[in-house]
Amino acid sequence: MEKFKMLVVDDEPDFLETIIKRLKARKIEVAGVDSGYKALEFLDKHDVDVIVLDVKMPGMDGIETLRAIKKKKARVEVIMLTGHASVESGIQGMQLGAFDYVMKPVALDELLEKVRQAYDRKMIQADKA
Amino acid sequence: MEARHYKKLWWEIILATLSFSVFPLLILGGVIYHQFSVSYTAKIMDNMKTLAENRASSIDLFLEERIAQLTGLANTQSLGQLQNEDYLNRVFNIIQTRSKSFLDLGVIDEEGNHLAYVGPHYSILKKVNYKDEKWFQEVMVTGVYVSDVFLGFRKIPHFIIAVMVREKNQSWVLRATIDSDIIDNIVRAAWIGKKGDAMIINRENVLQTTPRFGGKVMEPPKAPDFAAATGTMVEAMDFRGETIIYATSIIKLKKWILVISEAPTEQLTPLLQARFLAALIGLGGVVLIIIGTYVTTRAMMKELQRMDRKQAASDEMAIQSSKMAALGKMAAGIAHEINNPLAVIGEKAGWMKDLLAMEDVAKSEHFQELLDAVHKIEFHVVRAKTVTHRLLGFARRMEPVEERVNINEILDESIDFLENDARYRNIDIQTNYAPDLPLTTTDQAQLQQVFLNIITNAIDAIDKDGEIVINTRSIKQNNRISIEISDTGPGIPKEALPKIFDPFFTTKEVGKGTGLGLSIAYSIIEKLGGRIMVASEEVIGTTFTIYLPVK
Repeated sequence: MEKFKMLVVDDEPDFLETIIKRLKARKIEVAGVDSGYKALEFLDKHDVDVIVLDVKMPGMDGIETLRAIKKKKARVEVIMLTGHASVESGIQGMQLGAFDYVMKPVALDELLEKVRQAYDRKMIQADKA
Repeated sequence: MEARHYKKLWWEIILATLSFSVFPLLILGGVIYHQFSVSYTAKIMDNMKTLAENRASSIDLFLEERIAQLTGLANTQSLGQLQNEDYLNRVFNIIQTRSKSFLDLGVIDEEGNHLAYVGPHYSILKKVNYKDEKWFQEVMVTGVYVSDVFLGFRKIPHFIIAVMVREKNQSWVLRATIDSDIIDNIVRAAWIGKKGDAMIINRENVLQTTPRFGGKVMEPPKAPDFAAATGTMVEAMDFRGETIIYATSIIKLKKWILVISEAPTEQLTPLLQARFLAALIGLGGVVLIIIGTYVTTRAMMKELQRMDRKQAASDEMAIQSSKMAALGKMAAGIAHEINNPLAVIGEKAGWMKDLLAMEDVAKSEHFQELLDAVHKIEFHVVRAKTVTHRLLGFARRMEPVEERVNINEILDESIDFLENDARYRNIDIQTNYAPDLPLTTTDQAQLQQVFLNIITNAIDAIDKDGEIVINTRSIKQNNRISIEISDTGPGIPKEALPKIFDPFFTTKEVGKGTGLGLSIAYSIIEKLGGRIMVASEEVIGTTFTIYLPVK
């Protein structure tokens, strides 16, 4: 059982459903939502350590969502997930405080490794604070 | 531009230049010649007029002198004295000692009887009676008479001067025949050049002197009829197909007309020479202009064609760049659209693998088959991902990360990557670096990608047994570095050469090449401010040349 709580935000239901199943199979405390609004709602009610956030979503896109998340809970680490090679949006995301960005498709283990690193950083910063 | 278009422009320039230079030249030459011709002709005519007046007055003077002589003689001698032929002969001889103008001398009484005669026609003339002769009747009325040339009793053309004298209540006439040679000589002095002529005609257009060409005394002259002339005049006239200048002047005493003619072809020779010279200079000028026009037009057209070619080349490059940009956008779009379903497939396969790892499923009869299938799916998701990620890499519009780099070192690193592969295929990689190659600020990673792409292509092109030569050079004039990568491969077919930088263009087997290597290289080099060029000859090999700015 990992220590961190994870949230996956992606508008692609097949992807979201499967990745949640797989993460849960790895005994990770994880939830999935399919839009930026729902992610913000979820944050109000639950405690989350690391968010995996799709950049390109209808309605509120990843960058907007990231901004709102950082406003709401600055400590939450965000990993941007992009199907686009829009490195600009990846870099933009990182400038806005995202931990890293990962290009789809990504092997689950690689993603988990990034999530762990992000959680570690969160812990270190929490200690400092 | 087409060759036909150049030809048309060429002719337009040549014709315009020629018309703007040849026409003024011809007009200038024509005007100058015309002015010269007019003034020269005027001068000639003036000369002729002077000559005609001069000759006419000489003849007048001559005739006046003769009349004065005769009048003097007649009035100082009495009829009685002159009737005596011996005396008359003596007088005649005295006159002749002063001037040999007279041929004979006769004394005639008022009845027309020839009283005395001295001269060569004694036998014929002594016995004649002049009473019915026209000149005799005239002189009896007017007192002094100068005749036209006539035959008379002697049947020889001559002319006479007669004076009448009144003595007491009777009249007598002193008549002298004038040596017409003298008049002829005066007139002959006006024969100009080889073709000039001069003559005297009377009011009936009958010749009084022998002209140089054509016609005899007492016949009409071979010239236009000037019998009605009233004064001095000069005129160029066409006569029997020839242009001749005529000058006339009136001999006042006798109302004869002196006609001088000149062939302008002779008198105007200097003018003709001037015309010839003008034509020669004009022709020379035209030839010079034509040569000059040809030479400058040719130089101009060459320069124009050169500039057009340059323009076409830069247009081509602009088209290539915009094509790349458009393709990049499209590639990015496609990659994105594929990546999302690919992610789903990958996750599903991963989930299946997770499930297969559970114990109960492992007992299944087809467990191994399923596991293999899932692995294959994952493997091909990764393969597809490589393609889309490379596509995205191609489309990337990121500012290059700039650092100071030594191109030779980057090349060495790139060769290190590929050396094993090359050795295995018996391909020798030779390097020939410029030792003084300046450092430049550029994106090392991207540049390395370019070198790797090109060297990999070279190795693939050679396949087995060959050589790759890599040169670097510093081009100081335009502050650039050139990198040349040559292989001894089979070369690129001519028809494929323009397409090799297009994305997805590949000559490799299906599945082996993405067709993106060179287009990525192209877009990277463009972005770094350089140029990449290819030269290839079938059988001999291919050379890629990269120019990079030194920054």
